[in-house]
Amino acid sequence: MAVEYDGGVVIGADSRTTTGAYIANRVTDKLTRIHDKIYCCRSGSAADTQAIAEIVAYQLGFHSIELDEPPLVETAANLFRASCYRYREELTAGILVAGWDKRKGGQVYSVPIGGMLVRQPVSVGGSGSTYIYGFMDANYKPGMNKEQCMEITAAALSLAMERDGSSGGVVRLASISEEGVERRVILGNQLPKFSTH
Amino acid sequence: SFFFFLSLTFFSGNIFLLRNAVLEVEAIKVGCSVPAARKTGTTICGVVFKDGVVLGADTRATEGMIVADKNCSKIHYISPNIYCCGAGTAADTEMTTQLISSNLELHSLSTGRLPRVATANRMLKQMLFRYQGYIGAALVLGGVDCNGPHLYSIYPHGSTDKLPYVTMGSGSLAAMAVFEDRYKPDMEEDAAKQVVRDAIAAGIFNDLGSGSNIDLCVITKNKVNYIRPHDEANKKGVRTGDYKYKQGTTGVLTKAVTPIDLELLEESVQTMDTS
Repeated sequence: MAVEYDGGVVIGADSRTTTGAYIANRVTDKLTRIHDKIYCCRSGSAADTQAIAEIVAYQLGFHSIELDEPPLVETAANLFRASCYRYREELTAGILVAGWDKRKGGQVYSVPIGGMLVRQPVSVGGSGSTYIYGFMDANYKPGMNKEQCMEITAAALSLAMERDGSSGGVVRLASISEEGVERRVILGNQLPKFSTH
Repeated sequence: SFFFFLSLTFFSGNIFLLRNAVLEVEAIKVGCSVPAARKTGTTICGVVFKDGVVLGADTRATEGMIVADKNCSKIHYISPNIYCCGAGTAADTEMTTQLISSNLELHSLSTGRLPRVATANRMLKQMLFRYQGYIGAALVLGGVDCNGPHLYSIYPHGSTDKLPYVTMGSGSLAAMAVFEDRYKPDMEEDAAKQVVRDAIAAGIFNDLGSGSNIDLCVITKNKVNYIRPHDEANKKGVRTGDYKYKQGTTGVLTKAVTPIDLELLEESVQTMDTS
């Protein structure tokens, strides 16, 4: 998931990759660097999303050198959209593009399966996202600061990981702002706990 | 040029070009089944230790439920500092690793530098993604370069994971159980070799698709130690008896010898290729 705040974005993801019922990687990093201050959250097929992210990172890096300027988050999002829409029949990729640029500050763009592009203040994705739409609708309020965004992201991911079999492991968080990128890991035993019984 | 690369990346063409469709149709008409591709069943694994990486593999190759090769080599050479274990379709792992090894050698001559493991990883994943999983190669890629020791697992569809310990193949769950119990970061070489040996042994004895011996490959900054076999875990036993009866067991009543005169016309020697 990804959340905008005034001055940047907070992104978060779980760390589980599965092949059927086997967990192939329990410490995956699904927050992939596209550029210094532009990251993406990958969901869907690992092969498809890794391939697309690497292609977009190449395209954006080339574009940034031509421009001699840090690239815009909207540009990165459009590059993702271009690939995801053109090859929509062959791909299974749900991607959140999030980052900071000088023009519009912190931005979150959703590129779900099918290749649509839409900017949202908050977005969730992946198989576990269905379990936290209600939580986000109830608890997200515009105007939260960085720490509050971190807390709500960790809490939402924790809830989703508890309910969804395909999600789990650790919670990886990152905040992107003018100052730079700050990464955090929350291990299983340190996750926020919610009583269900 | 990157648009060209983009269009090449997605195999949106006719997938049936990848199968010998004519052979399959004709074979079914006659009543034969198409020969099953030889798979390696397999337990392969790798571990990063203090000074480098240790790669391990079993040596059984299967054709369905029959062992086609009791001592095949699953650890493939990529470059002097990089080796790759292969699980899945035997032909695919062999040819894929050879292709990338060749391209990497050319690349290395072009850059004037020792190849990096990340480069081999990129080349492998981009090729496997292009073939959309039809190349059944599941690889454990390991090596030491200017940035230290690296280990990757690469899946047939083209996704990769960079981890301190990985297992692949039908025996991967057995091997992973050993790793999850006994892996520690920054192990010494002997401890790393022992844990890899035990992980492969777990695959050999608990997975029907894996068997025979344990091969190891220890890669460090300046040296590669390719140990084949490291452990002959399944040595063929010596027979305790013999079904041949000694001459004289059956009593001879009469004996008539008729020599047949043969004229030697031609003598030629054809050596059998046992390489």
